Amino acid sequence: MKLFDTGTLAVTWGYFRESRGGLVGLAFLGLVLFAVVFADVIAPFDPTLQHRDALLLPPVWNEAGRWPYLLGTDAVGRDLLSRLIFGARYSIFIGMVVVSIAVVAGTILGLLAGYFGGWFDTAIMRLMDVILAFPSLLLALGLVAVLGPGLLNAMYAIALVMLPHFVRLTRASVMGEKNRDYVVASRVAGAGNARLMFSTILPNCMAPLIVQATLSFSNAILDAAALGFLGMGAQPPLPEWGAMLAEAREFISRAWWVVTFPGLAILLTVLSINLVGDALRDALDPRMRRS
Amino acid sequence: MSLLEVRKLSVAFQTQGGWFRAVEGVNLSLDRGEVLAIVGESGSGKSVAMLALMGLLPATARIECERLLLDGQDLLGLAPKARRRLNGGTMAMIFQEPMSSLNPCFTIGYQIDEAVRTHLGGGRKARRERVLHLLELVGIPDPPRRFDAYPHQLSGGMSQRAMIAMALAADPELLIADEPTTALDVTVQAQILELLLKLQQERDMGLILITHDMGVVAETAQHVLVQYAGQQVERQAVRGLFEQPLHPYTRALLDALPERAPPGDFLPTIPGLVPGQHDRPRGCLFAPRCGHAGALCQTQEPVWQQLESGPGWRCHFVQGDPPAPVFPAPAALQQGGEQGEQD
Amino acid sequence: MAENMAENTTAVVLKAVNLQRHYPVRQGFMQPPATVRALNGVSFSLAAGETLAVVGESGCGKSTLARQLTLIETPTAGELWLDGHRVEPQRRPDAALRRSVQIVFQNPYGSLNPRKTIHQMLEEPLLLNTRQRRDERQRAIAAMLERVGLRPEHAGRYPHMFSGGQRQRIAIARALMLRPKVVVLDEPVSALDLSVRAQILNLLTELQQVLGLAYVFISHDLSVVRRIADRVLVMYFGRPVEYADSETIFTRPQHPYTEALFSATPVAEVGQRRERIHLQGEPPSPLNPPPGCPFQPRCALAETRCGQAVPELHPAGAGQVACILR
Repeated sequence: MKLFDTGTLAVTWGYFRESRGGLVGLAFLGLVLFAVVFADVIAPFDPTLQHRDALLLPPVWNEAGRWPYLLGTDAVGRDLLSRLIFGARYSIFIGMVVVSIAVVAGTILGLLAGYFGGWFDTAIMRLMDVILAFPSLLLALGLVAVLGPGLLNAMYAIALVMLPHFVRLTRASVMGEKNRDYVVASRVAGAGNARLMFSTILPNCMAPLIVQATLSFSNAILDAAALGFLGMGAQPPLPEWGAMLAEAREFISRAWWVVTFPGLAILLTVLSINLVGDALRDALDPRMRRS
Repeated sequence: MSLLEVRKLSVAFQTQGGWFRAVEGVNLSLDRGEVLAIVGESGSGKSVAMLALMGLLPATARIECERLLLDGQDLLGLAPKARRRLNGGTMAMIFQEPMSSLNPCFTIGYQIDEAVRTHLGGGRKARRERVLHLLELVGIPDPPRRFDAYPHQLSGGMSQRAMIAMALAADPELLIADEPTTALDVTVQAQILELLLKLQQERDMGLILITHDMGVVAETAQHVLVQYAGQQVERQAVRGLFEQPLHPYTRALLDALPERAPPGDFLPTIPGLVPGQHDRPRGCLFAPRCGHAGALCQTQEPVWQQLESGPGWRCHFVQGDPPAPVFPAPAALQQGGEQGEQD
Repeated sequence: MAENMAENTTAVVLKAVNLQRHYPVRQGFMQPPATVRALNGVSFSLAAGETLAVVGESGCGKSTLARQLTLIETPTAGELWLDGHRVEPQRRPDAALRRSVQIVFQNPYGSLNPRKTIHQMLEEPLLLNTRQRRDERQRAIAAMLERVGLRPEHAGRYPHMFSGGQRQRIAIARALMLRPKVVVLDEPVSALDLSVRAQILNLLTELQQVLGLAYVFISHDLSVVRRIADRVLVMYFGRPVEYADSETIFTRPQHPYTEALFSATPVAEVGQRRERIHLQGEPPSPLNPPPGCPFQPRCALAETRCGQAVPELHPAGAGQVACILR
């Protein structure tokens, strides 16, 4: 099933290009993706390799810094740059998996709720309201505490916390679309419920979902970082950015670089994904287009 | 002096594919107490021209106009603020969808009062009196009760009456009605049209009625202006237009009406489509669809022809049915696009 | 009368007997739901090649009737016969029955899926209902596009690349893919421009003649109805108020509402303006129906007895009318 024809894609790109922020974000994301793919090649060291002769070295431009530890090392002598490069893998992986789970599950639930309505709708939506009622990080924390700390469990927890947004968004779109004439026409042509839901209605609800997904991508990284920071996410010595921040907090006054660079990596990645998400939303929204 | 005089009004919109000429060189004049209908299909620029008149087009529109006089006042040089004061004051407009033209969050009374407050001012009590009077004027039963009604509590017909009341708040001299009855049922349409005509006569207003319904035109208008693809193609008094249309487009349009078509299984049709931005013909815009088009029509844009007695049209043909072969119009006719039309 | 002729021939493809459709409406917490009788006692029969026009204003039950006839909903009570088979009330109709009736909607901008190509849209009914091979479907689509006046290369395009008239041609093509016996046309030309309207009406006439289709033509445009309908059913407030053949009803309307409706319709002739029958007010609320004849509060001829009983459709003149005064 094709969601967009090339014409739509070209038009979308044409509008996307007009947003400078979106382009900058896209460029930075390209850089991150490059790091993800070629981490083994470009990283100077193994991320878990401890250089006993180089503990807590500052970046090279600092007087005390020295080659080849470009961004310095941490308390046990691991090269920061290498850890950041490999960490991108984990963070991007977290974002993708969390968003995929949340999008797929949320879309299906929202589709069912919006399409069938009635008690089924009520049940699902109340459940989602319950999830929404908790502060999201607290809920994720509680879930991880139950499931046991670890990156995978943290990801499930974050996906669950994000679910309601996708369910609500999908449900609202579906309810708007399901009574349109083209859906009735499909029904008269003999289409069953499943076909109507997934082939007829869903493609017309995709635009807001795509945007919400990019925005959630950054949230997933942030939440995973937060869980990692609290010790409930990735466990050492995994070079996940949040976990790196958490390990480094005791050096915050002595060795600024150990804290700053992972924080900066998270900040820039999240910022660029949000920029791309904003630009994409504007590019996909027909109301933002000149007729 | 006429109430409204527009000369060579053009509107273009910037689009992805360049400038789109929505309205081209529209001339019109309207007297007090006159009902002018502007007829055309979608894309004929009839609504855009009137929105330009009201100054309601978005900033992306490029508006050109040679002369724009309302009640002797030049609108072209007017500051935006002064222009806004005229809107709803001297001229007012009502729209097609009465349900979406009213703000669902406020009561009818409040919304009409807003118009009264903006243009007339006055104390709360006096304004309320005015609003109740307006509601009564437009035939809304039990005005004190309706004053506090919300738009969703009114039917389409009642909403349109409320819109008319709002438009009349400051006793406008010119009322522009953009397809005021298209969204309404037939019996309600008849009520609203009757109301509009009654108010127009009582107050000696100028009324411009934008519509695509030839029946509505025949029953309400005194003069008719036919638009096609942004151009004015014919202007006539209503009787002449229906009895002896001058432009082939008008003639074809009237022939295609089920009630006027000759008996038989099939209706006469106009082949093809209205030209868009990218397939604009070089010569006459109607030539590709015109049954009478000749070589001249394909290459050269026709000019506006005007009879001394009033009727005018934009075509290479001279008056006559069936049309005479293509030849330049005789000297007896005034020629040239710049000729406005006077009655 | 045409109806009797239709009854006697075997070619009757659509028949409704006392069709009813009621909707429960929740009135708020702790209150019993009210019943809205959106469709109340509609009967007619339609033979192949015939056109029945259903005329009325918004809220008269036209759309509800369309939903019953196209089997989107099943009637609450009454009989509906499609191509000789009875549609059981309150039961899901089977696929074969469903195939025999299709619909064309008013707004061609809303009735085509913006994310599907014309090919995908026309293929869907074949995929779902037939076992045709890919190349057979391809051929059927190309033939249908040509039949409705489009070119085969249009198949790969998306709806937004077409004008309103072309979209309506596509909608008609989609409705005809399964070779239905009955096509419900729900205001098929009222959203179209004047010059395109005649093209589409001609196309519909031509298709009817070639394919022997029966049309249920729902419209409020009386000049169009007069032109293409064989018989006319006028509805008001969910009830039929007059049912007669086109010629009869347009030359001598019987019901006061029909008269008012006709007189309110503008005519494109100067000086031909008919004497208006002023209809006061608007149709009653379905939750609070007036006693007796539903038209009586607005009727100029109403008498006291009009408020006592709901008039049934009965023969009068050459047609049938639901008015005790006639």
